[in-house]
Amino acid sequence: MSTVALETKSVVKTYRLDGQTIHAVDQVSLQVNAGEFVALVGPSGSGKTTLLAILAALLSPSSGEVLVDGQDLAKMKDAERVSFRREKIGFTFQANNLVPYLTAQENVELMLRLNGRLDRAGRDRARELLVRLGLGERLHNLPSQMSGGQQQRVAIARALVHRPALVLADEPTASLDTERAFQVVQTFAELIHEQNRAGIMVTHDLRMVAYTDRVIQMQDGQVVRVLSSRDEIEALARGGEQPAAARPAPARPVSVPSAGVWQPNFVPQPASD
Amino acid sequence: MNDLSVAGHLALKEVWRNRGRYFLFSMVIALITILVLFIAALAEGLANSNREYLSKLDAQLVVLAERSDKLIAASRLARSRVSAVARVDGVDEAGAVAFASAVLAEPLPADADTPPLRISLVGVEPGRPGEPAVLQGRALSTNSASEAILDRAVLQRLEVQVGDTVVVQSTQGTRDEYFSLKVVGVSDGQQYLFQPTVFVPLYTWDRIRPKGEGESSRAELTVNAIAIRLADPAQLETVRAQLIGQVDDIEVLTIREAYENLPGYSAQQSTLSTQQIFTLLIGVLVIGGFFQIQVLQKVPQIGVLKAIGAANLAVGAAAILQIIVVTAFGVGLGGAATLLLTLGLPPTIPFAFTGPSVVAALTALLLIGPLGGSVSIRYSVRIEPLKALGLAS
Ligand SMILES: Nc1ncnc2c1ncn2[C@@H]1O[C@H](COP(=O)(O)OP(=O)(O)OP(=O)(O)O)[C@@H](O)[C@H]1O
Ligand SMILES: [Mg+2]
Repeated sequence: MSTVALETKSVVKTYRLDGQTIHAVDQVSLQVNAGEFVALVGPSGSGKTTLLAILAALLSPSSGEVLVDGQDLAKMKDAERVSFRREKIGFTFQANNLVPYLTAQENVELMLRLNGRLDRAGRDRARELLVRLGLGERLHNLPSQMSGGQQQRVAIARALVHRPALVLADEPTASLDTERAFQVVQTFAELIHEQNRAGIMVTHDLRMVAYTDRVIQMQDGQVVRVLSSRDEIEALARGGEQPAAARPAPARPVSVPSAGVWQPNFVPQPASD
Repeated sequence: MNDLSVAGHLALKEVWRNRGRYFLFSMVIALITILVLFIAALAEGLANSNREYLSKLDAQLVVLAERSDKLIAASRLARSRVSAVARVDGVDEAGAVAFASAVLAEPLPADADTPPLRISLVGVEPGRPGEPAVLQGRALSTNSASEAILDRAVLQRLEVQVGDTVVVQSTQGTRDEYFSLKVVGVSDGQQYLFQPTVFVPLYTWDRIRPKGEGESSRAELTVNAIAIRLADPAQLETVRAQLIGQVDDIEVLTIREAYENLPGYSAQQSTLSTQQIFTLLIGVLVIGGFFQIQVLQKVPQIGVLKAIGAANLAVGAAAILQIIVVTAFGVGLGGAATLLLTLGLPPTIPFAFTGPSVVAALTALLLIGPLGGSVSIRYSVRIEPLKALGLAS
């Protein structure tokens, strides 16, 4: 029995640039249920980040409808969007995720503080999440004292601690080495499933999709393909099938696994530190 | 409400975790504070040592000779005018006051390198307005007694006390002559024209005052001014008009007008207040620059804060709070340092901290923080949350 956490209907975002119209997001309709972890993939410039911004009410679509947890984002006033973001959305960013002058624990608690709900139980939950993400020894470290992967895990804890309806992650593994990347995504997926959140992760690294339930592939703003069977997803993750190969080269190199990078015997290890 | 508590949390954590940097910056504000307070104290101190005697007069009006252009030194009045002035309705009492400069030949300063003390020699009528109140000893006895009241400023510079004899040296024609005076009393600070004051009875003053060759104490004594105490100080303007109407050839000034027209007084005060304003202006720019650089470095971080749901109010209030905390700390530090520094200063340096001037300076200093930081506050409120995703609208 799964509830719909996110629904978009024909969402379009266009920009006008030098007299040209750019369709950054073009007729995207999708539905994500609570407890479902979705990967959003596609070449550079295909509209992934723009779509995330629209889902988080940071950007208004040119047309179309977005419903998060049953609420229509278009009907919200500015102040409501701010409280919507802090209550219903969990966010991790590619870079500069954490507040540099707050410790790991304080960064996670900030999400509760913003909601005016920082109590004992909240503090405990923040700590448990960090411990769960392998940061039990790092609770009182500042971001500058942590590695990139550790910072991303703190950001994941922050994105989950306030029990949001929708968790959005923009390239959480971009600055991590392969092993760390696998650990981070694996724990992320576990937590999404356990806590019954709806999660959307943008990634350039197709190997990361192995932990997701569905892969949505975008190109030029449109959803060009959706993979939802386990076999298809695992095939894509192994690099056995490369949907990107047929397309023209992306503007920016993307880390689609090539035969040289892909290791058939590689088994992702659980986080150990 | 919650926004403000978030703002407080963020602002204070940031200052605390970067306390080295913020402390250094507070030191800069402290230095500006010291400078502003010193200029204020110097302005007050200089003004004071120029006008102290006049501003402490137990009188409300000062009569000068007509056409003396409000300059006490340019005014000559026959002493007999005092009775004409005293007869005017509303005048309680009038006293002649005469000024001269002289040198104290005895006692000499303990330090042999210090020259003999130059003094303002002020002739006053015993028991009349113009004579200062004594803190120690007694008042002057008769109009021609060889007695003196010393201003406390004399005691700060020389070893002398009530009962001692001092010797005033003054030029009479071509010779220096020496006049012995018995110290009968000590007044509070009563400096005039930047010099410590020795008060003597009017006829004694006439005997001592420097004279030219062939000049002698004539029958008719000439004074500079007449100090007037009013029966009712509220009637000041009425009495002033009556004085001008009933007594010929005089000019009537309030105490304030009298000292504002002392030579150099206004020019000096405006120079110092200009310096003070410029120092405050530099403070505004320094604080503005510092916080603007801070906010430029924090754009991505502020973008993330807004993206995860921090309201603009929270971000703006955090910025203001930070500026207030850092400025207040710096001003407090500077104030304390100024206090310590002045404790170590010799009393002869014209330095005066008065309540109003210190409060005005401190208020101005506390205001320059928010004023200088207003640009950066505006900037931080305008940062778009989309920045967190590397996008722009
Ligand atoms: N403010 C803007 N003005 C004009 N065009 C924009 C603006 N923001 C985004 N675009 C365009 O919209 C398209 C989608 O951009 P977006 O950043 O969403 O792509 P992406 O899939 O996240 O790419 P990447 O993988 O490189 O992060 C791009 O062509 C981009 O140039
Ligand atoms: Mg992107």
